Amino acid sequence: MIEKIKDLMYQPEYIRNIGIVAHIDHGKTTLSDNLLAGAGMISEELAGDQRFLDFDEQEQARGITIDAANVSMVHKFKDHEYLINLIDTPGHVDFGGDVTRAMRAVDGAVVVVCAVEGIMPQTETVLRQALKENVRPVLFINKVDRLINELKLGGDELQQRFFKIIANANKLIRSMAPEQFKEEWPVKVEDGSVAFGSAYHNWAINVPLMQKTGINFKDIYEYCKNDKQDELAKKAPLNDVLLGMVVEHLPSPKVSQKYRVPNIWSGDIDTVEGQGMVHTDPNSPLAVMVTNVSIDKHAGEIATGRVYGGTIEKGTEIYFVGSMGKARIQQVGIYMGPERINTDQVPAGNIVAITGAKNAVAGETVTSYGTKISPFESIEHISEPVVTVAVEAKNTKDLPKLIEVLRQVGKEDPTVRVEINEETGEHLISGMGELHLEIIAYRINEKGVEIETSEPIVVYRETVTTKAGPVEGKSPNKHNKFYVEIEPLDKTVFDAIQKGDIKEGKVKGKSQASTFTEYGLPKDEAKKVWDVYKRSLFINMTRGIQYLDEIKELLIEGFESALDDGPIAREKVMGLKVSLKDAKIHEDAVHRGPAQVLPAIRKAVYGGIMMAKPTLLEPIQKVFINVPQDYMGAATREIQNRRGQIVDMSQEGDMAIVESTVPVAEMFGFAGDIRSAAEGRCLWSTENAGFERLPNELQRKIIKEIRARKGLSPEPYGPDHYLS
Amino acid sequence: MLYFVGLGLYDEKDISLKGVEALKKADEIYAEFYTARLFGTSISCIEKMLGVNIKILSRAEVEEEAIPLKNAEIKDVAFLSAGDTLTATTHSDMLIEARKRRIPVTVIHGSSILSAAPGIAGLQAYKFGKVTTVPFPEENYFPHSPYLAIKANMELKLHTLVLLDIRAHEGRYMTANDGLKYLLKVGEEREDDVISKDTLAVVIARAGSQTPVVRADRIGKLIEEDFGGPLHCLMIPSDLHFIEAEALVVLGGAPEEILEDDL
Ligand SMILES: Nc1nc2c(ncn2[C@@H]2O[C@H](COP(=O)(O)OP(=O)(O)OP(=O)(O)O)[C@@H](O)[C@H]2O)c(=O)[nH]1
Ligand SMILES: [Mg+2]
Repeated sequence: MIEKIKDLMYQPEYIRNIGIVAHIDHGKTTLSDNLLAGAGMISEELAGDQRFLDFDEQEQARGITIDAANVSMVHKFKDHEYLINLIDTPGHVDFGGDVTRAMRAVDGAVVVVCAVEGIMPQTETVLRQALKENVRPVLFINKVDRLINELKLGGDELQQRFFKIIANANKLIRSMAPEQFKEEWPVKVEDGSVAFGSAYHNWAINVPLMQKTGINFKDIYEYCKNDKQDELAKKAPLNDVLLGMVVEHLPSPKVSQKYRVPNIWSGDIDTVEGQGMVHTDPNSPLAVMVTNVSIDKHAGEIATGRVYGGTIEKGTEIYFVGSMGKARIQQVGIYMGPERINTDQVPAGNIVAITGAKNAVAGETVTSYGTKISPFESIEHISEPVVTVAVEAKNTKDLPKLIEVLRQVGKEDPTVRVEINEETGEHLISGMGELHLEIIAYRINEKGVEIETSEPIVVYRETVTTKAGPVEGKSPNKHNKFYVEIEPLDKTVFDAIQKGDIKEGKVKGKSQASTFTEYGLPKDEAKKVWDVYKRSLFINMTRGIQYLDEIKELLIEGFESALDDGPIAREKVMGLKVSLKDAKIHEDAVHRGPAQVLPAIRKAVYGGIMMAKPTLLEPIQKVFINVPQDYMGAATREIQNRRGQIVDMSQEGDMAIVESTVPVAEMFGFAGDIRSAAEGRCLWSTENAGFERLPNELQRKIIKEIRARKGLSPEPYGPDHYLS
Repeated sequence: MLYFVGLGLYDEKDISLKGVEALKKADEIYAEFYTARLFGTSISCIEKMLGVNIKILSRAEVEEEAIPLKNAEIKDVAFLSAGDTLTATTHSDMLIEARKRRIPVTVIHGSSILSAAPGIAGLQAYKFGKVTTVPFPEENYFPHSPYLAIKANMELKLHTLVLLDIRAHEGRYMTANDGLKYLLKVGEEREDDVISKDTLAVVIARAGSQTPVVRADRIGKLIEEDFGGPLHCLMIPSDLHFIEAEALVVLGGAPEEILEDDL
């Protein structure tokens, strides 16, 4: 087998790099397991029920996937063998970062949709993540057996249900696919880019196979109804149909790198390295994108990534383009089944595991030492941490070790934010949700440091509700003054930044102006945006001011640092439009350096915010609950007791589906409460839904609480504090 | 009463007799050394010499907390700074503020690098344009304006006095060598040749001391030399009057060829 893989590795047209993505619990791991078993890479007994790929203790205990898993298998299709590199991703929102990163490593995605639940918000999110990375989707409608055995749908109803799911999926694909693929990429029943089946019972079928075998929806109904899914699995084996679909409809690296590389790489396509990547050339300069870093007990740091150009070889020296560091790699590995197997080299088009890539972080671009290439575009995680816990070592002797472990944790999971405070020994970890933090705390304990964690705390945001200014911010030496105007950012622009249609970062060149006008920013402002940061804009509305150019970078730095740390409660600020209206600058460069400019612009921004009716925002989640009718009342009460709002309620068979929004602050402990409210008979999932204004009656109290926790004076300073 | 007192250029003996009187009269004496510093002495020397007590203030204490001003409202305060007290500093703001608060003010001047540097090199003060300072480069801050000031002066055939950044609290004082390297780097970035290794420049080190250095030469040569301890500053001459050219050769060891293209 290993020989076969090593052979196929050099034939990119016979490689498929794919991710399995879906809403939580829709059956990704069950599917991945059974594909591995079907390909003979693991035994049948291990697959499915056991969720072999969820080998981590916490994954087993909680029944969900936490870390993306890399595996590979060989599949024979029409007389040729194909190497399939597959990444099973987690579905829980808290681990969405793994999906984002996996999408950088693959060319295609199998989007799994549970036939019972249909397209869920997280399905939309993962589709967006895939399409944004130019990753082509195919669709697998899973858990069809449940439609028949639990919801008691008949043959025709099955068909209708499928068509509805397909139509909804295609609507999303059409709206989010890259411009040139809007026609080509929606999935089609006729050509077999959609399959239906049961990952659990190991069968799948698509329209071409139905035509070939004569099996129709009625037959499927009968097989399931009469407990004969075994037979169906022989006629329509899951792995044949699924992997056939993958080989036929998802692109090889050879095909996909042509359009993906220009989209994800910042360099010039006409250079040697650019052309090497476009042509998946193993002899061009090395270009690897690191998409994941994990720490192995024995081997140390392991960086997994996609080789886009050249060939990575063991024992050679590599160079990190972003951090400008170098490392000597000990081993390079590929996956055979679920195992990492070391080999001598791994060429373009493959996913590689690098041992000894010390200090690598996800998102880093790797090339060979002595070679110069432009970096890949950074990986943008779509959601931000909303929950924080403070951690402390139980034993003082562990203090230094805890810091080391915390750094490791931050490296392994780029969606975690770690703030180390060596003075107090109380460190802060922020993550996507309560579960995320529980897992991290557990893993810190696992690494041999006993810790105590505080109750989770919600992360708030600060923003403004009206316009203020121009206000004047003075430098400490009083010889420099900046005048800014502050107002809430227009919602369309805000949403566009949120969705990634407008990229965050300093604006380079003039080309971005048209994007801003497209979302409604007036032309004269669009041309003068300096910076997009924390869903806020910094616009230079001045004209012809001498030396402004020289301090532009400092002004941007000061603006960003002001938003990092707002004036109400030192929470992050978002959703502002900050316009620089005028500036008075000292003649001499030493009297307008960082020590003068940074505080001056910060004061102007803070003073402006405090004048523009500032307010605190709190994070909100959508909560979807699926319960038997009888428990619907109990479930809605759980929501309403938590300042929640019911958005929608629907029924299907005996089941009720409740859709709601709830502040994250009220969600702590929800898992246990809803379980007892519905006596264990409920399925639920959440989805981050951004930030909303904290109710007025809570503002003062929460602000006081946060300020007290941070050791600040109880009340925020008024504008005069910053502006006099 | 608020006395602004310039300490002069180098050591405790550079202060004027008027300055000494003011210090003796004052109830509180503050000093700031973030804009410049005296290298030939220490604050305790001055204290000992005059039998007074001096408090050194940080930038924040002067600029943000306004300690000298606040105290001057109720007592006699002397505020010391190196050089001349209102030249190449940003204390004019304090002077205005004091006047607004109706605090009586006396300004007692000290000698300044602005006149000393041209003087000891034999360049004529009449022929100088804008003064500029080369700052320590920082992330997000590498201004070209010092270079542009020189360029603008050159176009008007004016010399430029180039001061060098001081970070007293970090113990960093820019050397002439680093200042020249900075200017060369800007020249490279801008791809013009206002300043190159062939440009004539003058290095002044420790003006006001017993062992001042005056060195005039092509930048390429100066960059390799060691001028000893701080403070340093630079001058970039434009066209030279014949007396100036002679001075640079005789006082600063400039190559004799510069005598040939004098005015
Ligand atoms: N009846 C039935 N159950 C299924 C099917 N596929 C998966 N399941 C069950 O659904 C549950 C979730 O399956 P997983 O494979 O863990 O789902 P997942 O998408 O990997 O979940 P996360 O990784 O946590 O997002 C398990 O109890 C499976 O046994 C199916 O086709 N039919
Ligand atoms: Mg899973």
